[in-house]
Amino acid sequence: MSPRHTLHIVSGKGGTGKTTIAAGLACALATSGRRVLLCEVEGRNGITELFDVPLLNGTEERRISRTSAGGMVYGLSIDAEAALIEYLDTFYHLSIAGKALDRFGAVDFATSIAPGLRDVLLTGKAYEAVRRRIKNRPNSYDAVVLDAPPTGRIAQFLNVHAAVAGLAKVGPIRNQADSIMRLLRSATTAVHFVTLLEDMPVTETEEAIAALRPTQIRIGTVIENMVTPTPLDLDQLQTAAGGTVALKVPGLTVKQNEALASEFAIEAARTLQEQQRHDRLTALGLPLAQIAFDPGGIDEGAIFAIAEQLTDQMILEAV
Amino acid sequence: MTGALESHRHPGLSVPFLDLDKIIGDRDTKIIICCGSGGVGKTTTSAAIAVRAAEAGRKVVVLTIDPARRLAQSLGVGELDNTPRAVTVIDTASGGSLDAMMLDMKRTFDEVVISHSTPEKAAAILQNQFYVALSSEFAGTQEYMAMEKLGQLHAEAEARGTWDLIVVDTPPARSALDFLDAPEHLSALLDGRFLRLLLHPARGPLRVMSAGFSMISAAMTKILGAQILRDVQTFVRAFEALFGGFRQRATSTFELLSSRHSTFLVVATPQRDALREAAYFVDRLTEEGMPLSGMVLNRVHTSALAISPERALSVAEDLAGTSAVLEVEALRRHAHLMRVIETESRMMERFAAARPTLAQTQVQSLPTDVTDLAAVRLVGALLSDKD
Repeated sequence: MSPRHTLHIVSGKGGTGKTTIAAGLACALATSGRRVLLCEVEGRNGITELFDVPLLNGTEERRISRTSAGGMVYGLSIDAEAALIEYLDTFYHLSIAGKALDRFGAVDFATSIAPGLRDVLLTGKAYEAVRRRIKNRPNSYDAVVLDAPPTGRIAQFLNVHAAVAGLAKVGPIRNQADSIMRLLRSATTAVHFVTLLEDMPVTETEEAIAALRPTQIRIGTVIENMVTPTPLDLDQLQTAAGGTVALKVPGLTVKQNEALASEFAIEAARTLQEQQRHDRLTALGLPLAQIAFDPGGIDEGAIFAIAEQLTDQMILEAV
Repeated sequence: MTGALESHRHPGLSVPFLDLDKIIGDRDTKIIICCGSGGVGKTTTSAAIAVRAAEAGRKVVVLTIDPARRLAQSLGVGELDNTPRAVTVIDTASGGSLDAMMLDMKRTFDEVVISHSTPEKAAAILQNQFYVALSSEFAGTQEYMAMEKLGQLHAEAEARGTWDLIVVDTPPARSALDFLDAPEHLSALLDGRFLRLLLHPARGPLRVMSAGFSMISAAMTKILGAQILRDVQTFVRAFEALFGGFRQRATSTFELLSSRHSTFLVVATPQRDALREAAYFVDRLTEEGMPLSGMVLNRVHTSALAISPERALSVAEDLAGTSAVLEVEALRRHAHLMRVIETESRMMERFAAARPTLAQTQVQSLPTDVTDLAAVRLVGALLSDKD
């Protein structure tokens, strides 16, 4: 049996539904009695919007959903400033100075002059949440799902070693970067990519995977989102895409049948293109999952439907 | 007759039309800024507007941030870089022209440093480790440099008459209007209290704070390392003279963007999250008093067949199991498409209800990616088409 993944990192190009899939994955992992933490790092309030709950502030970890399987999903919006103050408190007992730091603009200063520091603080918070289980803390989680930065930035974001290269050569931040890197490279961490079956997102997925390989961080599943399944075979699709097929739907006028045929030709051509992109992703040699396009838009019900599809297709840890 | 074949285009939506051709045709429009969240087709929209304006006789330069290689290729410019390159594949019969460039933030920053300081000082700044990090990694630099480059292009356009229209594709904003906020953020950072304390720890009214400050400073040194703080100090001393100029230029570019010569277009798709971002953009631009002409809605689904999803599915069900396999699938796909159209209509109606005066134009979902000039032109035509 493969080891449990306790940290799931989800990336994807903008517009591919990365946050929605991360939420679906968190729900899929929240089976009976399990607690799952869903975190975001870009301050977009995407999680609270998705679940239609009040905003998450600072270090707050609040329950945002109870799954039908009886698990619980908590939300956290990781904030670099809050994480730095927490960090200073842990290592330097500087909690009282935290407010003073803010007044001086030191926190903004530190995270701005050393952008890598910001990433270490963000991944560091996820690391801390994962570690609670090992340390037997009461507020621990069975799994942590990180809604990570988009594909264009993911390798840089996760390469915490490089991020702190320009910083202090010794001290807690360096040690912490080492610990975070160990966790990221361990068999219990996986990075999943969300993509549409369109040219640009597929290309960016390929590039991000290539950029991630040298970091030795494991890649989990490539999730093809908003896919329209078809029962037709290649020949039938090609015939339909050709636009020359005469459809004969009873009850429709000749003109309506023609309109249906030309609409279907476009749809079939799109499906053919999607299949080519699916083949490109297959060539990556990674596990693939497909999430059907939901024409009704995304709400909590749609997230649960995505969770079900992920449960069926991904090898998630057994309860 | 408006019967069963009537185009099915989101009923109930009556918002003002965003007349792009009028904007392009107005010689007083000198800058068009396309903003919106990632993945909504901002770069394609910018390119389509630029091509259409150039083919209508404007002398256009398009500044893109996103390295969309396919799109560059479709314009016949293999590799875009920090210098405007002529796009020669377009139709210049109306006397227009098109140049395209992609922002290289590091190079733009370097050029600013070189052109505004002595060679010795420039060399010192360029080698500074903190400068290297600031110019290539700092989160706001790209936005800051986009503003800087826009200012440069405008100055060149005014001085030499090279261009009469600048189309800007803004960076994929991490949070809404970063490119408007970034200059302020960078200024605040380099001009901030912490930095002044770092440079002159025991001066002025802040002296009483210096005991507490030294504790914080010590913690910062431990985290960041003494070297990086020394680099920052050296950098700021060398940069001090340049800094005023930076601020001044950012301010004048901001003024230019607020003037009647500029216009903002918010780009979105009819999905919940994209519209939510668009709402934020629209509200922010309105609050700031920026000249917003309207919204471009990309990838809007349409159907020429006004048959409801319920009826399509019902007929498909009747035909299931017969040899009419293609008919069944065509009907199912049509039902699916109609559901998408319904969902999109609902989203757009909600959006429009809250902002009834905001003009908009829609571009229908295209069957293929936009990767050649014909497709770019088609997007331009759809953008300008009222139906």
